[in-house]
Amino acid sequence: MIDLFLFGIFPYIALVILIGGSIWRYATKQFTFSSLSSQFLEGRLLFWGSVPWHYGIIVILIGHLIGIFIPSGVMAFNRIPLRLYILEGTALALGLLLMVGLVLLLVRRSTSPRIRRVTSTMDIVLLVALLLQVLSGIGTAVFYRWGSAWFPQTATPYLWSLATFSPKVEYVTSLPLLMQVHTANSFVLLAIFPFTRMVHMLSIPISYLWRPSQIVVWYRRQAR
Amino acid sequence: MDVRAQVATVFHLDKCIGCHTCSIACKNLWTSREGAEYMWLNNVETKPGTGYPTQWEDQTKYQGGWEVKGKSLKLRLGRRLGVLSNLFFNPNLPIMDDYYEPWTYTYEHLFNAPPSSEQPTARPISKVTGKFMDIEAGPNWDDDLGGSPVYARNDPNLADLSDAERAALFRLEQLVFFYIPRICNHCLNPGCLAACPSAAIYKRAEDGIVLVNQDKCRGWRFCVSGCPYKKVYYNWMAGKSEKCILCYPRMETGQAPACFHSCVGRIRYLGVLLYDAERIEEVAKSPETEMVAAQRSLILDPKDPTVIAAARMNGINDEWIGAAKKSPVYRFVKEWALALPLHAEFRTLPTLFYVPPLLPIAASSKRGKYDLTDGEFFSSLEDSRIPIRYMARLFSCGNEEIIKTAIKKLWAVRTYMRAASVGDISDQRATSAMSELGCTPEEAREIARLTSLPRWSDRFVIPPYQREDVIQQLTSPIGHKAQVGFGSNVPVRRGP
Ligand code: SF4
Ligand code: SF4
Repeated sequence: MIDLFLFGIFPYIALVILIGGSIWRYATKQFTFSSLSSQFLEGRLLFWGSVPWHYGIIVILIGHLIGIFIPSGVMAFNRIPLRLYILEGTALALGLLLMVGLVLLLVRRSTSPRIRRVTSTMDIVLLVALLLQVLSGIGTAVFYRWGSAWFPQTATPYLWSLATFSPKVEYVTSLPLLMQVHTANSFVLLAIFPFTRMVHMLSIPISYLWRPSQIVVWYRRQAR
Repeated sequence: MDVRAQVATVFHLDKCIGCHTCSIACKNLWTSREGAEYMWLNNVETKPGTGYPTQWEDQTKYQGGWEVKGKSLKLRLGRRLGVLSNLFFNPNLPIMDDYYEPWTYTYEHLFNAPPSSEQPTARPISKVTGKFMDIEAGPNWDDDLGGSPVYARNDPNLADLSDAERAALFRLEQLVFFYIPRICNHCLNPGCLAACPSAAIYKRAEDGIVLVNQDKCRGWRFCVSGCPYKKVYYNWMAGKSEKCILCYPRMETGQAPACFHSCVGRIRYLGVLLYDAERIEEVAKSPETEMVAAQRSLILDPKDPTVIAAARMNGINDEWIGAAKKSPVYRFVKEWALALPLHAEFRTLPTLFYVPPLLPIAASSKRGKYDLTDGEFFSSLEDSRIPIRYMARLFSCGNEEIIKTAIKKLWAVRTYMRAASVGDISDQRATSAMSELGCTPEEAREIARLTSLPRWSDRFVIPPYQREDVIQQLTSPIGHKAQVGFGSNVPVRRGP
């Protein structure tokens, strides 16, 4: 029963909260969309925490997306064992990098008096949830090798079953507990997304690469 | 020709008494909020000195402004992809300690302290952490050369001077300083704007005021680095960047900006300039020594019929063109060539200009006592206590001719007026000083009048904004409030 809720129903709830919540927040409180950077108050630990974390998570997320959308590609790539080892080794290294980054960020949040002043409860909740996600990911990579080989046969079909509204929870429930935690926690992360500083992901300023270098706004020609 | 209007400003440094009234007026109005305590949108610096934030002029440290690379103009921060790759940690960001940690005192302890044999004291507590703190720096820590071995000696502008000149500058009997009040320059080629990844900063076309859209700002802080004058500040509580808004809500109702209005020395002038926006990039790329002249050439004559026609084409109405004709800024900057931009070599084309202070002469001690009457009172540039090279670094990108001409003209005007009013200088000497510079007696009288006897309406020629016609009636006032650079519609809540 709990399995059905966690892996069959909760994902949909999380998705609705994610989308509805983000739209609501953007529409009513756009002012609160910010990176909420605290580099101004403390920079040294931030560098060692933030840079590894952000670059690591970008690569890891892209890896997960590739596994979900082109599983056959991953399988084909892994056919040569050496490639599999390199892929898994890189993923594990990145996972460890993420862990170090997160731990540093947590230490920084709890030790620097200046940073504590701008730390909300949600910031801590988020960091702990992310750490749980990273640790369960690392654990999976270490204890249940080789993830990139079985991910396309379990996680991918499970997610596709979710996408087609016929959730097949047995894909997840047959996996080890660590993997179940990883999966459930990922939906938790989606559900809390709109209420945390993670919303800054929605404003990745890619358009900076091509926008004009000066912006002049006429009130009279307000269309712009 | 693409004519645009700019509300531009002149500060006459000879009149600044360093009272900081301007800073306080601004602070009370705009930045007495949590997260903004450390911000001084208007600040007054003692020169020589390191300024605020400390050593802001040293762009090898902060990488603000533009540079010419090959044939193109680039932000010193780097190319756009490079900027984005620093999104997670901005290596060129001044941090709180480069400004100062704001504090207050435990005043209530003075009233609530239990009886004891000692006087109670009010200890400083941090406005950030709320804990007791040792104050290490504060706003104007180096006011009037306070702590000059640490501050004044590290002024980045001293790099051009010889060791002997530097030593002379700090000899006790020669010590000299002057003030530079600073606000955002509302540049024509703003570095802050070009560096903003979210495109939240914009220049208002009607008056050229540069604003940060508070709803669009995502707190990436590249504007803080991109501005070579460090006139964008990061609100550490709200996670948004804020800057001087030239009190546009006051100007839209016909009032002068608060710092201008309150200025005790009446050093501040404000008026409209018309300029050719098509040439911005070309001028910003000028060689350093020609920068000041090039920027002057960008400013158009508001009495020229072709300029007027082109201005009308661009939707600048006749009231604004009329205001441009009466602009004191146009006179000081273009007609009289007395007001110069601060550090134009940063290439942002600032629209705040400074009339340089008259250089104090060095006293001589030839006869065993200090003597000021030796030689002429308003005498040679070479004898000045502040080396001309230092002034050139500040106001004319190192081009000494430009600053010399401006200072000579100020002297000539003084000499002329002294001859006219006191009469202890011969007319002939007074006029010869002026004719050398091509300055007519009428012009000298005009300069003297606008310098020492201006009325409010001479100093501030504020164009009629006619907002009621211009802002579309359908704009939601609440949405509008958030988009125009200041304040928020939602409470800023952060922290435990
Ligand atoms: S002085 Fe003002 S307009 Fe110029 S770059 Fe700095 S913040 Fe922007
Ligand atoms: S109020 Fe005027 S005179 Fe006083 S410090 Fe400011 S600019 Fe100078």
